[in-house]
Amino acid sequence: MQIKPILAALRHHKSGTALIALQIALTLAIVCNALFIIRQRMAHLSRPTGVDEASLLVIQNQWAGKPSTDEMSSLMAADLATLRQLPGVADAYATNAWPLGNGGISFGMGYTPEKQASVTSTAIYFADQHTLPTLGLKLIAGRNFQADEIRQAKDVSSMALSEIIVTRDLAEKMFPRGDALGKAVYLSAKPSTIVGIVERMQVPWVYSFADNWAERSTLVPDQLSTLRGDNYVVRVKPGQMDAVFDGVSKALFAANRLRVISPRDGVQRLSDVRTKAYKSDRGMAIMMGLICVVLLAITAAGIVGLTSFWVGQRRKQIGVRRALGATRRNILDYFLTENLLISTGGVIVGSVLAVGLNLGLIAYFELNRMPLAYVGVGVLVVLLLGQLATLAPALRASRVSPVEATRSV
Amino acid sequence: MFAYYFELGLRSLRRNPVLTALMVMAIGFGVAASMTTYAVFRAVSGNPLPDKSGQLFVPQIDNWGPQSRKTGGDLPESLSYTDAMALMHAHKAVRQTAIYPVGFTLVPVDPSSQPFAVNGYAAYADFFAMFDVPFQYGSGWQGVDDDNRANVVVISNELNQKIFAGANSVGRGIQLDGRDYRIAGVVADWDPRPRFYDVNNGSGFGDAPDVFMPLTRAIDLQTETLGNNNCYGTTGQAPGWDGWLHSECAWISLWVELPDANAVARYQSYLEAYAADQQHAGRFHWVPNIRLSNLMQWLDREHVVPKETTVSLVLALGFLLVCLVNTIGLLLAKFMRRASEIGVRRALGASRRQIYTQFLTEAAVVGVAGGLLGLLLTAFGVLGISLVFEPEIARLARLNVSLVGFTLLVSVAATVVAAFYPTWRAARVQPAWQLKSN
Repeated sequence: MQIKPILAALRHHKSGTALIALQIALTLAIVCNALFIIRQRMAHLSRPTGVDEASLLVIQNQWAGKPSTDEMSSLMAADLATLRQLPGVADAYATNAWPLGNGGISFGMGYTPEKQASVTSTAIYFADQHTLPTLGLKLIAGRNFQADEIRQAKDVSSMALSEIIVTRDLAEKMFPRGDALGKAVYLSAKPSTIVGIVERMQVPWVYSFADNWAERSTLVPDQLSTLRGDNYVVRVKPGQMDAVFDGVSKALFAANRLRVISPRDGVQRLSDVRTKAYKSDRGMAIMMGLICVVLLAITAAGIVGLTSFWVGQRRKQIGVRRALGATRRNILDYFLTENLLISTGGVIVGSVLAVGLNLGLIAYFELNRMPLAYVGVGVLVVLLLGQLATLAPALRASRVSPVEATRSV
Repeated sequence: MFAYYFELGLRSLRRNPVLTALMVMAIGFGVAASMTTYAVFRAVSGNPLPDKSGQLFVPQIDNWGPQSRKTGGDLPESLSYTDAMALMHAHKAVRQTAIYPVGFTLVPVDPSSQPFAVNGYAAYADFFAMFDVPFQYGSGWQGVDDDNRANVVVISNELNQKIFAGANSVGRGIQLDGRDYRIAGVVADWDPRPRFYDVNNGSGFGDAPDVFMPLTRAIDLQTETLGNNNCYGTTGQAPGWDGWLHSECAWISLWVELPDANAVARYQSYLEAYAADQQHAGRFHWVPNIRLSNLMQWLDREHVVPKETTVSLVLALGFLLVCLVNTIGLLLAKFMRRASEIGVRRALGASRRQIYTQFLTEAAVVGVAGGLLGLLLTAFGVLGISLVFEPEIARLARLNVSLVGFTLLVSVAATVVAAFYPTWRAARVQPAWQLKSN
């Protein structure tokens, strides 16, 4: 296939050529970035929490009136007894926060009590000896809390924090040599001893501020009711989720009426909490996907339209070429090569635009840098799309009869 | 003449139904994607208080020092209790209010109904005048109630409906957390979007507040904040309520009203002097670092418009651009195919201007058709927004008259702009050359 005559012909259709190339360039720029955003969001929303989400319920309970810390402590104990007695409930514990809940406390952790010298941030989960079995956390070193270690604190600043269980990621960050167990770290002015290490537990926050320490959680054997409520995490026996979900708040109200459990989101399945937490990630991925599909369809339609027009314009020339001995295959190749030339021009410009758009998104929206592989994939997709879109009009061109050359000259 | 061109346009569009359909669909999809994302963007990026936004300011004071920003971050977005009270007592602005979110429970008298949560804000009397809060009944409490730490509240219309069936409840009592309060006023439906006065404790698009009470009273009752409490370097914090109040934890927002540039400059220098005083007193070990942002600057700083919204608007506009390039190409093909027809018309005396009018009219017809399709798709898009965005934001985006008008306008304008180049080419057709080649 000779390229020179094709280039010569394209010079007669400068504007049409430029328009198709521009459209391909813009499509490539948008599709690459959209694909990259989709991939990022999917990676974000498929991060594991490390807890047994399918069998967990979360109850947000607020006490009516304003009971004292001691009163709340006994109310909470009564609630936990009520919950654990329910048929269908395997275990339960009271806490301040849970993975994907997007609310909680974070502390700095360091080797010294000097707060400004903290090594990393960590999420603080209030826990007791029921926490590990309830969440289904896997203890990889050390031990669980013991009943006599659990203490009632009056406020955040007076928590004892003497024994803690940390996640593997946190242990490795603090003690890269792998000897974290039994070591002391500082969350407050007093040392905290690492008595256990669990494999994995995500922090409560899914948004960007916790991205660098998403798996650095600390379980502390303290109970704190000063936020005027207690939240319960309940492990449900297999197959009982719906029954417990429907009946649990009624059971709690029957035990004690003076409380608020919001009818809207007071009781939530952890699987629903996950859906809610990642809603915008999933939505963004869906929307980018839709934009990609429609954009590629429109670009393909545009190529079909313009190529058809060119074929219509050149019927006579095609007839002459056919009469002079060109095969159908030659005509087909001519149009496919022409499209490949235009598309190549388009993807060269488009690759630059794609990187430029990505840099813009990095600057203004704190997106990450796009690996060049996305541009590579995008280039292949767009080139293939161009060839497929050209195929139908090019086939029509190849069927032009040599007789056309003799008509109406 | 226009009617004639209109008819010619329709006839020409009917002649190539596939090409026409392609153009209409490109315009329709491009406009719909842009308009749907624009509807969301418009809903979250508006000015919630256009008349006064230039006079309302949020001061920030660096009470943590530059070391706290070593790993990124900015000045604390709230004030410590110490700083908030110092600025309130200095009274250097026309009006000022400290604010923090609070929550209570209300136990209905009827034992068969369940207790419910009543959430709102602790603030100062100036709050209501500063933010133009409309009242159904009564008014805000008075400055003297702040000083006396009075048991007064202002409740929302919704709470008033719930407890008093919408009757005028001013002067009556309400029991929150087992304590009696006198109702000073009932706010008429008031829920500015975003809730500009409290964007640092959530998205700014959550449920409307039920109650407002004097901050001085809330502090007396040791009412904890329902919002963020950010502490830095507070290892030495004394335990208990007083320890927290006197710590460097940042949890109170402050708003000041400054009517003109002079007042702003004066307040700025007051803040600098205050921070310098704190440095001399040994509380701050760094050079004073303060900031004063007006309402819109503050919303911008707090990223009230979610990143998702802007990114999707940018990509949707890019999408519209591709659709327009596509339309330019298709129109060019369509117009140039009729070169001989143009030649005949020009030879018979049509001026270039008439060719322009004819072809731009034809493009406008495509634009209207694309706009109608776009409108239909936008309606579906707005319905589907809740699949993509948070429900609090999705319910703000609506298809109203202005959006309908804007959609049609954008699509017609975009198509006509796209048609300029193909039309210019059509008008340049040489009549003689066309007639000869036929």
